[in-house]
Amino acid sequence: MEIDTSLVDWSRAQFALTAMYHWVFVPLTLGLGVLVAVMETLSYAKRSEFWKDTSRFWAKLFGINFAVGVATGIILEFQFGTNWSNYSWFVGDIFGAPLAIEGIVAFFMESTFLAVMFFGWNKVSRGAHLAATWLTVIGATMSAWWILVANAWMQCPVGMEFNPDTVRNEMASFAAVAFSPMAVNKFCHVVTSSWTLGSIFVVGISCLYLLLRRHTNVALASLRVAAGFGLAAALLTAMTGHKSGAIIAQLQPMKLAAAEGLAEGGTQVPLVAAGLIRPGAEEHWAAEQSGGEDPWLLRLDVPLPGALSVLATGKADGFVPGTRDILRGGYRLPDGSVALSAEEMIARGKNAIRALADYRAAKKAGDEAAMQTARTALERDFPYFGYGYLNSPADLVPPVQPTFYSFHIMVALGGYFILLFAGLLALGKRLPGLRCVQWAALLTIPLAWLASEAGWVVAEVGRQPWSIQGLLPNCAAVSSLSTGNVQTTFFLFLGLFTILLIAEVGIMVKAIADGPES
Amino acid sequence: MSYLFLQQYWWFLISLLGALLVFLMFVQGGQSLLWQLGKTEEQRRMLLLATGRKWELTFTTLVVFGGAFFAAFPLFYSTSFGGAYWVWMLLLFSFVLQAVSYEFQLKRGNLLGSSTYRWFLFANGVLAPVLVGTAVSTFFHGAEFTVNKAAIADPAAPVISAWASPWHGLEAVANPWNVCLGLAVLFLSRTLACLYFLNNIGDGTLRLNCRRRLPVESGLFLVFFLAYVWHWLTMPGFAVQPETGLIFTEPCKYLNNLLAMPAVFTLLGIGVLLVLTGLITPLLTVRHGGIWFAGSGTVLTVLAILLCAGLNNTAFYPSNADLRSSLTLANSCSGLFTMRTMAIVSLLIPFVLAYIIWAWRALESSPITPQETHSSH
Repeated sequence: MEIDTSLVDWSRAQFALTAMYHWVFVPLTLGLGVLVAVMETLSYAKRSEFWKDTSRFWAKLFGINFAVGVATGIILEFQFGTNWSNYSWFVGDIFGAPLAIEGIVAFFMESTFLAVMFFGWNKVSRGAHLAATWLTVIGATMSAWWILVANAWMQCPVGMEFNPDTVRNEMASFAAVAFSPMAVNKFCHVVTSSWTLGSIFVVGISCLYLLLRRHTNVALASLRVAAGFGLAAALLTAMTGHKSGAIIAQLQPMKLAAAEGLAEGGTQVPLVAAGLIRPGAEEHWAAEQSGGEDPWLLRLDVPLPGALSVLATGKADGFVPGTRDILRGGYRLPDGSVALSAEEMIARGKNAIRALADYRAAKKAGDEAAMQTARTALERDFPYFGYGYLNSPADLVPPVQPTFYSFHIMVALGGYFILLFAGLLALGKRLPGLRCVQWAALLTIPLAWLASEAGWVVAEVGRQPWSIQGLLPNCAAVSSLSTGNVQTTFFLFLGLFTILLIAEVGIMVKAIADGPES
Repeated sequence: MSYLFLQQYWWFLISLLGALLVFLMFVQGGQSLLWQLGKTEEQRRMLLLATGRKWELTFTTLVVFGGAFFAAFPLFYSTSFGGAYWVWMLLLFSFVLQAVSYEFQLKRGNLLGSSTYRWFLFANGVLAPVLVGTAVSTFFHGAEFTVNKAAIADPAAPVISAWASPWHGLEAVANPWNVCLGLAVLFLSRTLACLYFLNNIGDGTLRLNCRRRLPVESGLFLVFFLAYVWHWLTMPGFAVQPETGLIFTEPCKYLNNLLAMPAVFTLLGIGVLLVLTGLITPLLTVRHGGIWFAGSGTVLTVLAILLCAGLNNTAFYPSNADLRSSLTLANSCSGLFTMRTMAIVSLLIPFVLAYIIWAWRALESSPITPQETHSSH
């Protein structure tokens, strides 16, 4: 069966849909969970009924959110098998391990102690309950660790060897997979950004109570905890985000070029502060030659010379390749070698695929010499294996507009969150009288989700067309299904998850309206 | 640790997870009995509170079962999940509905109303056991797939695993024996639910309802289960020649497996006896602890059946479309390094079991009462 490109697109759409819905709920679980645990710790340390009631109120909202997060998450795990079956075999030897470890080590911990957290108030001691709450949070965070290890490996495949006999990649170093710089930084960035989101949620709802002049004691106490925690989290998010940019510049330069809308690279490259791209200008980034119509309707650069060069290479005169540089090749890579052009990489990828076919044919014929020849050719060109499935160099350029806008929205909002938390802490006791600040904090709640989702759009749209960077493009990873099957499940998920999201928001609104004393 | 040992060790762990999953489906059984056992709103709340404390355990076991299969036998994961698309999608949909329904059903502002969420729970309660049972039966009766690893070298059509039926898994119901096992698992889950409620709910009327329901559910379970077991022991199975990897059919393969593996045979025997003891205990005595006999018996029985599917040179996922494509432990497993790494991780399982038991005991220190339905989360 030939792969239908509409099948690939619908499979991508379904995965994107389920991932983005899942990510509506997960960051709140990670962020709010820590704050609930901190508040319960205060309750335990101070023997305070006030903090106990406060933590139980936020835990109630945590529980409402948790259920939908779990529900949407199960689809993601199984979707690797249902919709990306080639992928599951080609890299299952490596990719399956983090998912299994997540289940054994983290998910059981999270779900077991969650039951104690919610049903155990009058059945276990206060200390045991506090431990259960922390273990739920630790379980959820460990779960994030293993999922992000898996995701980081797709962005930067390390610690494996290709086995032509089994036609798959096999793990050679667990430590390289579990502790790659990409994985460690991704975990830190995602978790701290989730803490930021959780803090914004608590701050925003607390400000709503101040605006309504209800539950002011709970609101002010929660605000103090969440604003301090949120400021620390937002600063850590910025630091890890900066590190993330440097890692991407090394490992996924095309993603960085797309995120910055950079077609022609160079040294002393400025950082775009904001921009508006002309609709339909996508071809600009994949064109072979410079020139043509200006893709920018509006563009403002950061007034620091060579800011992008500094971000990407650590020095102002560092070379940052644009999308066209990457397609043309010929520039110096960080390791000192010269970058191949896209056409050369595609040709070497096709050689690798042909060598694999030759190897298997020789093995079937029992021709040892031919096997060795084919294996040597395969090992030489295997780093480009995935390029062999692509039809043209232009396929290597991800959708620039969503990547660019998402990246800049995320960065701008991240900066705003730091200012908001710092402002709230600076205002201190004056805050109850400042209704405009309270409104600002309340209206920031949806912006936290916008920033969080935008981060994932940068990470995932920016790495297209790859399922696994350089090794397997989406068109070679997909399951053998009819497009109609995937379209049907796409719309079923869309309908179901939308209903569940509306229901959750409705329940949250009622619970918030009832307040801590209900 | 040899490669062969690790393959068998991981098959054992996956079989154990599958066995625990079938036992924990008493949650689904309870959901499907909501209106038959709970005649008043208060009774229905007690039933939902009882299963509501356990649904995450079933859910998590399913997730870990999937993750372990992915890590240990990725070719099964890619072939079955990508091929029997509709079976797995229906199962996942039903579990999504379950996950939200416990939390949402009694909350104000839940959009769909309490009864809709209870219907969702009912749907999951019926669909999940039937689908799991039907899917497990394909381990013995085969499925419609082909596997061609060399296809990855064809850039125009790099499809390794393909499904030969356009029904993508739903064609399994055309085999009545698959449906028979699905129904056996459904009635087993309902039987276990009656026993669980008897043990965990301190309400006289509900206990009476459970005792009345138990003979019906356990009777139906025994009819379907014994019919399936008889068929299973006498049917030809799919054997593999270990040296060449050749797959062939062998008369009474699964009976032969039991005879060749006395420990597994013993497990099956003890398991069946424990299940029967669990069923009879509440019928003949006033004791409520039948769930512990029937539950442990279920785990041992299902474990033995699943072990027979993969051990003793057996193809655990036979292909009806192309016998050579059938999956065995050897041709579908992960590499030696991954299996070793995962085996080390599996040493954590006793700790996981220990805290699950602690949490279970902590939450089940006293039976659920009507008063608790008003005060609980």
